[in-house]
Amino acid sequence: MSDTTLSPRSIPDRLESPLASALKSWEMLLALVAVAIFIFNSLATPYFLNPWSLSDATFNFTERGIIALAMAMVIISGEIDLSVAGILALASTAMGAAAQFGVDVPVLIAIGLAVGVLCGAFNGLLVSGLGLPSIVVTIGTMSLFRGISYIVLGDQAYRGYPSGFSFFGQGYVYWVISFEIVLFLVMAAIFYVLLHRTSFGRSVFAIGNNAMAAQFSGIRVRRVKFVLFCLTGLMAGLAAILLTSRLGSTRPSIAFAWELEVVTIVVLGGVSILGGAGSILGVVIAGFVMGLVTFGLGLLNVPGIVMSIFVGLMLITVIAIPIVARRIKSRR
Amino acid sequence: MLNRPEKPATMTAEPILRLEGITKTFPGVKALNDIALELYPGQVTALIGENGAGKSTLVKIMTGIYQPDAGAITLDGEAVHFPSAHAALDHGITAIHQETVLFDELSVAENIFLGHAPRTRVGFVDWKKLRAEAADILKNMGASIDPGARLKDLSIANKHLVAVARALSIEAQIVIMDEPTAALSHKEIEELFVLVDLLRQDGKAILFISHKFDEIFRIADRYTVFRDGEMVGSGLMAETDQKELVRMMVGRSVDQVFPKQEVTLGETVLEVKGLSHPTEFDDINFTLRRGEILGFYGLVGAGRSELMQALFGATRPSSGTVTLEGKPALAKSEADAIEKGIVYVPEERGRQGAVIGLPIFQNISLPSLKKTSRSGFLDLAREFALARKYAERLDLRAASLSQDVGTLSGGNQQKVVIAKWLATQPRVIILDEPTKGIDIGSKAAVHEFMSALAAEGLCVIMVSSELPEIMGMSDRVIVMREGRIAGEFNREALDAETLVRTAAGIEET
Repeated sequence: MSDTTLSPRSIPDRLESPLASALKSWEMLLALVAVAIFIFNSLATPYFLNPWSLSDATFNFTERGIIALAMAMVIISGEIDLSVAGILALASTAMGAAAQFGVDVPVLIAIGLAVGVLCGAFNGLLVSGLGLPSIVVTIGTMSLFRGISYIVLGDQAYRGYPSGFSFFGQGYVYWVISFEIVLFLVMAAIFYVLLHRTSFGRSVFAIGNNAMAAQFSGIRVRRVKFVLFCLTGLMAGLAAILLTSRLGSTRPSIAFAWELEVVTIVVLGGVSILGGAGSILGVVIAGFVMGLVTFGLGLLNVPGIVMSIFVGLMLITVIAIPIVARRIKSRR
Repeated sequence: MLNRPEKPATMTAEPILRLEGITKTFPGVKALNDIALELYPGQVTALIGENGAGKSTLVKIMTGIYQPDAGAITLDGEAVHFPSAHAALDHGITAIHQETVLFDELSVAENIFLGHAPRTRVGFVDWKKLRAEAADILKNMGASIDPGARLKDLSIANKHLVAVARALSIEAQIVIMDEPTAALSHKEIEELFVLVDLLRQDGKAILFISHKFDEIFRIADRYTVFRDGEMVGSGLMAETDQKELVRMMVGRSVDQVFPKQEVTLGETVLEVKGLSHPTEFDDINFTLRRGEILGFYGLVGAGRSELMQALFGATRPSSGTVTLEGKPALAKSEADAIEKGIVYVPEERGRQGAVIGLPIFQNISLPSLKKTSRSGFLDLAREFALARKYAERLDLRAASLSQDVGTLSGGNQQKVVIAKWLATQPRVIILDEPTKGIDIGSKAAVHEFMSALAAEGLCVIMVSSELPEIMGMSDRVIVMREGRIAGEFNREALDAETLVRTAAGIEET
């Protein structure tokens, strides 16, 4: 093909350097909030600025944060998975049951991850295979998965995990650096690359902005969504391993209502609840913000109920800010 | 003036509704320019015009959905204006659309009286009276519909009857029927005509919009013809014939120049044989040669877009074969079609074409990510280079390639969609209404580009409802009617009136 150029014009790649747009981003604002809370916490209580306290603070969000990384991708694609806590409960129950037969740690891990992926695949089949709305499907499977745990366990609990199993939720890699925080940061790096640096990630954004146009551009929309639900299931399975190891036991009420906290982290991280926009960096910072807030309130002896009110208000504020800002802008 | 004794005396009556100097401009398009229209009580006025002539815009102005930029509306000798749909309804104007705007989950009686239900003394809905009155209206119309039935359980024809019943219950003076027969069978159309007669006898002024000349000649007393947003003629049906109406419809005030290059056609590239779909199209056969622009003309609903979407793998045909360069090429999915070299620029640009929310360069690279990325990892430098190459070739007007495609004008969005496909280096490009709703400048650019592509050896299929575009750009034109190929014409044999007649199914007189 020869070039048929009609009065050539040069269009720049960008008007703004990536650095300049990063400085104006939601992530930057969120990071400032994190710093502010950090300073507030250190002034409000003398127990905060201490390596072990800070290390403890991370446990408040690492497991939820790992699920939030995958949930961010699901929400960016325009879907949602509310069954993650249910998956976690079922995966933990399966591991607990297996532990009763004295299986080894590697097998336990494999069971936790496998149950997670299978549950995710079940969601994925219903959503992309049958074309059902994900919010309905996963509200259903949320009760289904946890319901199975209740049937198996009743008001009992599984204990007696092998001794090596406790490392995942209680172990430290070096000094105060826990295995959980290292794993969270590694997973964050992997998800960052997956969402922002691969063609798979690009298709997630395209689907979230306009699934039909994405389909008409040759993106295999249903396949991508199926993979996303499997991935979320896998991360819920991973979180099940960490939490079960940390608690040393499994009750059917484990991680109850975590799906809301996970969604809160995702939305706080700047992911559009309508799909199509968001970043892993934002979700990671939001994880830290949540951890600092809840830990700080804990140190101040704020009761759990008040804490959940606080988190709820934070979520509403975060969702309202961009909408109110846009309205003020358009009024001018 | 001919005197026709069988016509009622109302022929000479004063118009009940008069529109004068109505003008409506949308960004980049003058939809209506100094339009005049008169409707008479007890008469059916047919509104005739090509797609895009401004008929729907006028209906929306008459029903209070759009506000005209200029012009006056006189109802019963009084100047009126309709700031809202409700205001138009209050003045006794109601519209029956191609797809009725009624409520599927409500009962027939509720649909008829929605918004003006009879009330009891304390202000509750008087259900007994409502059902009785609904039954009365339906009985007078001769319609055997149960007033208690859910609307969704009715056929389209019966839904139209409900819409008519609603018009009667409102005691509307003016009834607009916007292509009411488009989705109806022959028998249902006959029943609808009985109703139109009923409304006429009732003294209603009726505006009847249709593409079908046989219907217009059967039902209308008067006509008004629109072309390119202007009124080009009106009068009594008795004093005109099909030939004159067609000429008014297609005659051009401005001669648009089309940049069609003369191309020596190459070998056959695409061959479609016996392609059928259970509901949309049937037994489609055609071939496409290298360097050819093949136009598809027809009325809305003739099955053209559905056929193209089947070639693109978006819908599955029930039988038939597609061969591309000697190899079977019936696409199983959009991704499959793109891989085989068949791409589709959809009619609904915002819904199916551009991914609004993503920047320009990501839109352009979207189907080519396999090429620009390295084993699944993005390479932004290559994406920008690819996007720049095609954006500049299409003379895209944008501030930067990182700009959201949604901030561009319609014409520039279309250029992005075309650039996206060119980047995949296709064999066949299908353009579905490529210049619909875009400004003149971009229109010319798209035409010029189409011509250049064909000259380079690409095969182009262009679906268009705009006659000048079809006639100006095509090497060959296939006319579709009701899902079948109704005629095929070479460039030399193209004639506007023949195309319109073939599309509408009018026999040569």
